[in-house]
Amino acid sequence: MSARLLIEAAGPGVTIQDEGRFGLSRYGVTPAGPMDLGAYRAATRAAGADCAIEVSLGGVTLRAEGATLCVAVAGGEFDIRLDGRPMPPACLLPLAEGARLALRAGGSGAWCYVAVGGTLNLAPTLGSRATHARSGIGPKPLAAGDALTLAEAAGAPLEPLALAAPWLTSSDAPIRLVLGPQVDYFASEEIEAFLSARWRIGARSDRMAYRLEGPAIRHWRGHDIVSDGVAMGAIQIPGDGAPLALMADRQPTGGYPKIATIIGADLGRLAQLRPGEDLSFRAVDWDEAVAARRAYFASIEAGATREPLGAEMTTESLLAENLVGGVVNARD
Amino acid sequence: MDYETPRFLDCGEAALSVEFGDSVDPAVNARVLALDERLRAAPPAGLRETTPTYRALFLRYEPLEISRAALIAAIEALIGTAGVEAAQPAARWTIPCCYDPEFAEDIGEAAALLGQTAHSIAQLHAGADYRAYMYGFAPGWCYLGGLPQALAIPRRVSPRGPTPPGATLIGGALSLIAARPMPTGWYVVGRTPERMFALDRTPPFLVAPGDAVRFEPIDAKTFLALDARACAGETVARQETLL
Repeated sequence: MSARLLIEAAGPGVTIQDEGRFGLSRYGVTPAGPMDLGAYRAATRAAGADCAIEVSLGGVTLRAEGATLCVAVAGGEFDIRLDGRPMPPACLLPLAEGARLALRAGGSGAWCYVAVGGTLNLAPTLGSRATHARSGIGPKPLAAGDALTLAEAAGAPLEPLALAAPWLTSSDAPIRLVLGPQVDYFASEEIEAFLSARWRIGARSDRMAYRLEGPAIRHWRGHDIVSDGVAMGAIQIPGDGAPLALMADRQPTGGYPKIATIIGADLGRLAQLRPGEDLSFRAVDWDEAVAARRAYFASIEAGATREPLGAEMTTESLLAENLVGGVVNARD
Repeated sequence: MDYETPRFLDCGEAALSVEFGDSVDPAVNARVLALDERLRAAPPAGLRETTPTYRALFLRYEPLEISRAALIAAIEALIGTAGVEAAQPAARWTIPCCYDPEFAEDIGEAAALLGQTAHSIAQLHAGADYRAYMYGFAPGWCYLGGLPQALAIPRRVSPRGPTPPGATLIGGALSLIAARPMPTGWYVVGRTPERMFALDRTPPFLVAPGDAVRFEPIDAKTFLALDARACAGETVARQETLL
């Protein structure tokens, strides 16, 4: 029997993503791709995969069939169980035939990536395997009963390993952004209010946009602009003054003023915030944004380090108490 | 307004908007498309993708490969040597369109608002020369400039229900072909059997930004015949290559 990964249970928002569908924004095609590129790369590079399952807060349960699969998990601090045994939130593991891997929302984080080493039998659509559910392009969102077959399965490690990847560490440092492209649609007091406010992620946030709850930001030149291109992380201020951070499933063009754009190095950190969580912003200039980008991607390129599971990982009772602490220690 | 020299607006550290004006205007859009064409013919290292819109060209680039300053210098050199003359359409499309009220759900409503008849709307709409300004909103949604002034119509206060596939709409000073059903504040004045976006066809998109477009009126019977052919994978719009 060929190797397969069965989806036994899936919450909403479990999709296949690769790095995105680029080059067709001129035809109105949304790039999609992972919400947290750094976490996606940590998982896919550890497993040797060219796409991953993106898991939302609803979680997923997976089972291997036909072979032992090489599986890497990385993202927010989800609760991860291999046949009931707790795993660190970033790990590389052998998923033996019949074994079950369950991901549930854990201490923090909104997205987690499961990558299977080898090649999945998934034909690209318009050059990419990324799911864009709204336009129906790419694989359908995964549901219980679905199976992903592998054309080729990579060799798995003998034992589960913890992945230590410093860029996955959560932090409450302000999210950095570059002002513009339409910052001149806002008076300086409004820009100041936007930068000094404590924002909260709104309940109706999804892969398309995160709603930011806080003070209303008023435009002084009206809220209608002639539609132009939209970058991931653009913060659009619609007529009601409630900012929207446009994320992976954004429309490629938009007609509201964009006060600022989140820098590449901090997009994953924003994406991992859950509805109800707080954040603040800090404006940086282009040079500082590029320096942060250079450091972020250099760290990702260096790759995650693999470490044997700590002793506490083998003792379920201890782990249930101190999952997060154990992982932080492993990174130190 | 058409700016004398373009504005360069940062969209984060890895994207730049080159803005040529602040209005929907054929001359401004022609400058956007001219720069797009030149950048695509000779892309500077580090440029990842260009997205033309009405009045600006959106550029995604990798700042670890090209600095903002070097990218702007490359753009200024292209604009400088090539001037700002309009890009010429690469192709002219003749797109069949049925204005029969059965397929043009809102034509009566639009006629009443514009003080026209359904027949005169069809005549004016099909008599005009359009230019594909940009795609946006959803795959295959193609926004067309060149709508006759007599058909300029304020958008609805609240959106109507989802349009049929291939709906040809008017709103503001523009026309639009909406590839897929979506609610809209525009008015459906016709319907084309052509599929502006079809994943099962190569190429999936027919009309490129900058192409010239005309509509050819067809009756309901012809619509049904062409629709069957289009659904079988045939391209029923006609293309003339101009360049």
